[in-house]
Amino acid sequence: MMSTPSTTSAQETNAATAVRPKLAVYKFSSCDGCQLSLLNLEDELLALANAVEIAFFLEARRAVVPPPYDVGLVEGSISTPEEAERIQQVRRDCRTLITIGACATSGGIQALKNWGDTEEFVRYVYAHPEYIDTLDTATPIAAHVFVDFELRGCPVNERQLLELITAHLAGRRPNIPSHSVCIECKRKGYPCVLVSQAEPCLGPVTHAGCGALCPSCSRACYGCFGPMEHPNVESLGSWLNERQARGHRELSHMFRSFNGYLEPFKQASESHERRANQV
Amino acid sequence: MSAEQTKSDIRTIRVGALARVEGEGALHLVMDGDQVDDVRLEIYEPPRFYEAFLRGRSFREVPDITARICGICPVAYQMGSCHALEKAMGVFDQVDDSIHLMRDYLYAGEWIESHVLHMFLLHLPDFLGYESAISMAADHADIVQRALRIKKLGNAIVSSIGGRSVHPVGVCVGGFYAPLDPKKATALLPEVKACLDDMCELVLFVARNLEYPDLERDYEFLSLCPDEGYPMNLGRIRSNKGLDVEQEEFLDAIEERHVKHSTALHARIRTRGSYMVGPLARLNLNAEKLHPRAAELLPKVCDALGKKLPWTNSFLSLPARGLETVHALALAADILENYERPARSRIDITPRAGIGGHGTEAPRGLCWHQYRTDDAGMITDARIIPPTSQNQSTIEEDLRLLANRLVDTPDEQAALQCEHLIRNYDPCISCSVHFLDFNRSQKKCRA
Repeated sequence: MMSTPSTTSAQETNAATAVRPKLAVYKFSSCDGCQLSLLNLEDELLALANAVEIAFFLEARRAVVPPPYDVGLVEGSISTPEEAERIQQVRRDCRTLITIGACATSGGIQALKNWGDTEEFVRYVYAHPEYIDTLDTATPIAAHVFVDFELRGCPVNERQLLELITAHLAGRRPNIPSHSVCIECKRKGYPCVLVSQAEPCLGPVTHAGCGALCPSCSRACYGCFGPMEHPNVESLGSWLNERQARGHRELSHMFRSFNGYLEPFKQASESHERRANQV
Repeated sequence: MSAEQTKSDIRTIRVGALARVEGEGALHLVMDGDQVDDVRLEIYEPPRFYEAFLRGRSFREVPDITARICGICPVAYQMGSCHALEKAMGVFDQVDDSIHLMRDYLYAGEWIESHVLHMFLLHLPDFLGYESAISMAADHADIVQRALRIKKLGNAIVSSIGGRSVHPVGVCVGGFYAPLDPKKATALLPEVKACLDDMCELVLFVARNLEYPDLERDYEFLSLCPDEGYPMNLGRIRSNKGLDVEQEEFLDAIEERHVKHSTALHARIRTRGSYMVGPLARLNLNAEKLHPRAAELLPKVCDALGKKLPWTNSFLSLPARGLETVHALALAADILENYERPARSRIDITPRAGIGGHGTEAPRGLCWHQYRTDDAGMITDARIIPPTSQNQSTIEEDLRLLANRLVDTPDEQAALQCEHLIRNYDPCISCSVHFLDFNRSQKKCRA
């Protein structure tokens, strides 16, 4: 481009602005906590807003840049007919679609209704069930559209969220370990709550990412990052049943919480529920 | 936003998806000439049925589950659940003073991060004419960066005892899984003091430099009113119009309606009508109980605004939030300064059948819980009344009053002003999607 030296710098800035990737942040059925993790990057937030164009992020800004977007971050699960429709358009609008958090990757805590009677739930909660339009299930985004990457956690770890965005900008694979919380805990040298405190810890089967937060507070991991790759849930369940005398009802509840609808936690909770009902 | 001219003098202003609020809501306003026909703050946040699926779960699981109602104020839900369940288990009176104190410390952290997020990243852009804090940062980088620092400190306070700021893991019914590490207390204190000094400056900045629209109303303000100290975790529930009840009596004092345009239920004081909860209500009812650091700031803020308390204008929620942030920072500094590791961080609880009701002051206002349990401590009935559903009627009444003044204002401008007003309440729409008593509501509701 022809230009005088005095205007080059401004034009370069404009060019840089023009090629910034467009980021969109979407909310479905959720608590807003995973979107908030983005705003909780206090030290990096303004730099991030320079590196990418925050094109659609209702919780943070009123201005909307029309699609398509380079990256879409999706929080929340699909629990209403409107959401089931909207996610299809979101997929079409985003080159890369990343789900953030337990609701988007597993259905979240509201997926507990998947084992209940939704009609009874609506009647229990609302005076006018006829005003309420809800699906019988709360399901993860990947049950509806193709998802490029799933970030675990209830909520997500904001450092991992930043790593994911940075890796995407740099065109490399994100460094998000898929081993268990147990490994993180051992690395930090915390006393084992499962063995030394006889607490029912899900660390051996739970996906890493939190930095072994619960053991750091002297409590058992409750699985808010969901199952790790190939967890041996059956073995842990039997161990807790035999060695800690944990009943099958309790074990069923342990697996059926914030990521309860994600295999193999789903399988484990149903297996323990069956055994609880047999007693 | 869309505007329709269906007839010559009827216009509809609609903001389909409100920005800079937590959760999903819409504004619907219909005007016929200079008459306001209809005003609705629509809440279409999907229902998640917490109260329904809490049934059958152990009381010990409740604080972790209810935290997930809201990612911005999880501590509020944990505190409400813990207090109500300690009452249900019959141990409420046995909770150590040191545990109460650490609950105030944790809550102070949440007030700080939530208030500062709202004041500077969500609300201030309305006053200064920006669509977001991101745009605002181009011209006011200094303010945004100072706010981000204080917000970060609020999160650090929550994390210091909760493990993390969103859905903390350190809280249990009966106290905390582990006490605050005294080393962390020592390390945090200097930053708390530095942020406290800076927050005082920022409060004066917003009091002196912003223009507050004049929208006075005769509100009924409602908040906890403890005998000692500014309201947070404990106290009777009072209003400026004579309501004065014990925590457990709250449900009898109010009534709720399920309206078609909202998945949140509207709460009203029985026989009277709408009321306001939140920073403005707390401040108006409890100003004399502010921490001395906030109390010494108050007259300067009143001078700058040219308004003595009570402040009866929802736009003044911004300086009210600022004063409360100063209070919370000063409170946290005091607690840290005098901190000693307690003998125990939680009390033992034996499950029993019971019922307990308790509300605490979430950043957005009173958040009230009630649980019933069976012999094994399993939940048989749950009720949660979040702040935004209590404010929803008041917001709509405010909007009606404001709309009357917007007859000659162009649609885009009118929509902006209405949005600004809604944001005065820092509405937490994700939280507000909740039921109240089905049978009772059914009797009262119009079909």
